Amino acid sequence: MSANLTRRQALVLPAGIAVGSLIGRPVFAAEPVKIGLVAALSGASAKSGEGISRGLAVAIDEINAKGGVLGGRMLELVRRDDESNPAKGQTAARELIDKEGCVILFGGIDSPVSLAIVPLVNSAKVPFMGVWAAATNITRNGANPNFVFRVSAVDVLVDRALIKYATTKFGAKKPGLMLVNNGWGESNFAGLTAAAEAAGVKLAGAEKFDDKDADMTPQLQRLREAGADTIILVGNAAPGAQVIKSLQKSAWTVPVVSHWGISGGRFPELAGSWAGKVHFIQTYSFFGPQNEVGKRVLAALMAKYPDIKGPGDVTPPVGVANAYDAMQLTALAIAKAGSTEGPKMREGFLAIENYQGLIKNYAKPFTDHNHDALNENDYVMVRYNGDQIEPVTG
Amino acid sequence: MLATALVSGLSLGSIYGLIALGFTLTFAVSGTVNFAQGSSVMLGAVICHTLAVGLRWPMLVAVPIALAVCAVWGLIVERIAVRPFVARGSNAWLMATVALGIVLDNIVMVLYGKEPRALPSPLADDPWVIGNVGIFPLQIVVPVVGLTLALLVHLGLHRTGLGLKLRAAVENPDAARLMSIDVNLLIAVTYAAAALLAGIGGILIAPLYNVAYDMGTLFGIKAFAVAILGGLTNPWGVVIAGLVYGLVEACATTWLGSSSTQIVTFSVVIAALVLAPSGLFSRRSRVRV
Repeated sequence: MSANLTRRQALVLPAGIAVGSLIGRPVFAAEPVKIGLVAALSGASAKSGEGISRGLAVAIDEINAKGGVLGGRMLELVRRDDESNPAKGQTAARELIDKEGCVILFGGIDSPVSLAIVPLVNSAKVPFMGVWAAATNITRNGANPNFVFRVSAVDVLVDRALIKYATTKFGAKKPGLMLVNNGWGESNFAGLTAAAEAAGVKLAGAEKFDDKDADMTPQLQRLREAGADTIILVGNAAPGAQVIKSLQKSAWTVPVVSHWGISGGRFPELAGSWAGKVHFIQTYSFFGPQNEVGKRVLAALMAKYPDIKGPGDVTPPVGVANAYDAMQLTALAIAKAGSTEGPKMREGFLAIENYQGLIKNYAKPFTDHNHDALNENDYVMVRYNGDQIEPVTG
Repeated sequence: MLATALVSGLSLGSIYGLIALGFTLTFAVSGTVNFAQGSSVMLGAVICHTLAVGLRWPMLVAVPIALAVCAVWGLIVERIAVRPFVARGSNAWLMATVALGIVLDNIVMVLYGKEPRALPSPLADDPWVIGNVGIFPLQIVVPVVGLTLALLVHLGLHRTGLGLKLRAAVENPDAARLMSIDVNLLIAVTYAAAALLAGIGGILIAPLYNVAYDMGTLFGIKAFAVAILGGLTNPWGVVIAGLVYGLVEACATTWLGSSSTQIVTFSVVIAALVLAPSGLFSRRSRVRV
């Protein structure tokens, strides 16, 4: 075909474009509302990004099937991979706001990435919804007005729950901390130290490890010599698995209670035969009796994703459940705001009264002083059975 | 704590020494090194995992194929990133080998994915326990293999015809060429052998660590520090330096805490090089006239 236009084509083409743009006016009126996601979609925590994407997708399908938001505008998910890298996450957030025109950003598993995005969204006055990263200062960031909300755990509350679980379940009197060497680890160091003090528990010590450390036996040995009777682990799947392998290498059969970062990757594969020994925290389990929302979401997941044959295949459940509820709350906030402008949406979140969600029945989930919709009463303890995450029983 | 530090340090240190042996080989013969040595570590582990876990081939088949791929990779590095620059008297092979390693890492990232994977081994599942100290059988195998390979490198260089040719090429490349010794071929062979050694290191460390496209970066950097510390020209020195490095690393973590590990380890390397600028075990070259 010739690359040159004929005279007829030259006349017809602009006319066609003009007509097309006129016909397109009603479509423009129903322009989709873009929902941004900046999360780890590849790398060691890729499963977390997949779980969040699935939770968002199921919620968006439901909302769109009911006619979308603001009188017929469909929701559209736009995803970007932060590769667990704060700089890449910040760049992706800028692009989603400035170029894609996303009305809200959802965050992923990595607290350092979310912490890098927080100043950006507060400055741009675009709401940010955390659905996994738990660092306390993501929502409690000192900004006024604060555009950051979260449907996820909060380190300061998780830390209290972890200490409480270690003492009640395992009778821990001197827990030792194994913490990833980044902002998330620091956030939990402060939280766990305070929680232990409040519970009257003396810590055996706190050790740090890096994501690429090949052997954590020296750190574990320090805790062992200091008399640690339980290990409290804060780290993502790959380094968390190295901690467990190092424990196995040392043949130290100490109980391990973990934050939920380990559920964001291939922890059972990487940790090997000792993976099931770790008890860790989640906000939701698809096992056991489900409320109506739980039944509906599980059915939708099984229909949409062929690899999900039952509750055990929803991994990681925390990513799916948090993202689902957060998306539904966002739709409510848009409805309350009557707009997708950031400041109005922020007011919309604060105006939500009740929502019967997957994780719980939310009553006034966000207030001026509390931007975290979940608290310590919403956590469940689970463990791996093979690749599946099951609640701890007994 | 001392026993744990010794086990951990010697196990990791022997891996560093094994990888660093590759630097020694190529430097001894050509005066150049492959800065993509860490990528060879990764390549051995990734190919082995793909064949043994992905395709469920027996280890006895997967390991030789993975090592053969590493050797071919070594030949490619020498042909593309070293020989053209050396021929022009340029030191750009430094950057070229680094760049080629990054290219390989990224190709593997695209083909293999970014998620770390596990390479299970019966030698890294059930530890032997003595008192408070546990050790995987593989942690014993690693130093044994490292020392055996150092011995083979030593014997290969000093007791074989190939070794004689290699040393002749080092002493006087022009004279070696006049004696019909193909110096370029010899250098290419050492690059293949260096990549193969790194591949062995990668396959050995994989069950203790994870298999990932970027797993070789840190091992490559530490192995180079070990090679410099050991003296680059002495295979035994490099292996011993690897053990010393691993021990310093483990002892620093054990007694000073993990925050101090890199500070102490690299400070020790710098201090050692200030005292012995050519490395702790370097051999002065003897020129016979």
